[in-house]
Amino acid sequence: MREVEEQLRSEVVRLFAEGAIDLFLGYSSSRVPLRSAACVLHDADGVARLVWNRTCTPNLAALLRELLRSPPGATGDAPPRIGLLAKGCVSRSLVTLMKANQISRESLLIIGVDCPGMIDRHKVAARVGGEIAAAIWSGDDLAVRATGSGEHILSAEDVLLDDCRTCAHPSAVLSDRFLGEPRAPRRDALDDPASSLTEAEPEERWSHFQGEVARCIRCYACREACPNCFCTECFADASDPRWIGVTTDETDLALFHLGRAFHQAGRCVSCGACVSACPLGIDLRMLYEKVNGDVKVRFGTDVGTSLDEPEPLCRFALEDDETFMTEPGKGGRGMGVR
Amino acid sequence: MIEANAEFEPRIVAFLCNWCSYAGADLAGVSRMQYPPNVRVVRVPCSGRIDPLFVLKALQNGVDGVLVSGCHPGDCHYVSGNLLARRKFAVLKSLLEHVGVEPERIHFSWVSAAEGARFAEILERVIGAVRQVGPGTKMVKSIEEAQ
Repeated sequence: MREVEEQLRSEVVRLFAEGAIDLFLGYSSSRVPLRSAACVLHDADGVARLVWNRTCTPNLAALLRELLRSPPGATGDAPPRIGLLAKGCVSRSLVTLMKANQISRESLLIIGVDCPGMIDRHKVAARVGGEIAAAIWSGDDLAVRATGSGEHILSAEDVLLDDCRTCAHPSAVLSDRFLGEPRAPRRDALDDPASSLTEAEPEERWSHFQGEVARCIRCYACREACPNCFCTECFADASDPRWIGVTTDETDLALFHLGRAFHQAGRCVSCGACVSACPLGIDLRMLYEKVNGDVKVRFGTDVGTSLDEPEPLCRFALEDDETFMTEPGKGGRGMGVR
Repeated sequence: MIEANAEFEPRIVAFLCNWCSYAGADLAGVSRMQYPPNVRVVRVPCSGRIDPLFVLKALQNGVDGVLVSGCHPGDCHYVSGNLLARRKFAVLKSLLEHVGVEPERIHFSWVSAAEGARFAEILERVIGAVRQVGPGTKMVKSIEEAQ
């Protein structure tokens, strides 16, 4: 990743010098250990701030609509041309957003990279059993100093985000330049079970789901981190009708998470940005991977890999599955669809 | 427990499309067909109009089962609303089942305007299934909310 980081910096300097871009969207390190933040450059001066490492979890596509709407670097009426760094999942988010008419291909200059997988700071915190005070990388090994429990050496592979562990498209699927060598899609990763819950009994699944959503503090960080949450008014904020009550009732939390999960069907690229953004480490993946797996199996959609194919819930086929439907006189139980 | 369930009268909300299923329910009524009185009907323009949030909200407000019904494929007044709805509900039902909500509570079907008898039969079936799993407890809100 070091070489790619160097190449990235010189490429960005060159793009600004050529006048090919007005802004560059990448990652910079933050003061919080093991977190990188999105960073917007207006000129080549700040290029040394750019980083590319295994903590670059935010999905940069989530910032594009905002940048394109009120472009801070724009001159005149021309829309700004935005250069951005795209790992596999970000590039697939770009495809999804283009299909939803949220961004235009012409305004982007995409620098594609191959992503070795990002680390999950919740997993790191669980391993070290305390708050992460400082972290130092040496290659793929990570030395973490935790408050109260001394120093730990971890391997990045052991603390990968689950979404990265099962990622099928680690390299950008769409790019103008590619830094490094692109990797072929990992076909073997496609059918990895989304969650350990798939095999569990209904009551077990319910208590896990309840336990997870009950911790939600409704900060909506998952929504803010998500490129797919581009609705002008989120159903969670609507006051008429007020879908989600202003109470501490757990069903209100469940309704938010189920509603959001449903909206992700056919759009979620499993970037893990929401999982990383969640301050409580809620198992959001159990919901999004479920709807994603469903559209994959039912409608054959591999999200964000084709610009031509409409979203799975915006089209239909006459021969779509009907086995989940209720017919008169069919047997009692076993009506499940899972 | 079985006795308790036999006593239990479920409350079902049925979202019926204006052009087929609602007319089918109407036909069942004017034909004086017998079907259990546990259903509350909400008329909507098309099954495609039904946002999955309607279903979630109904469960939250304490109904024991939800039926969504529209025109048979090819009969939709808006050409394909029912086919889009079919995809949506396949995903929704599967998602709810995944988090542990009983699939017996969520139903989706086709009923045409001429199928009064079919409507009655489907309702019997829905109510039977909901009776089996008993009163809804998951997703039911316990805090009263000021409207």
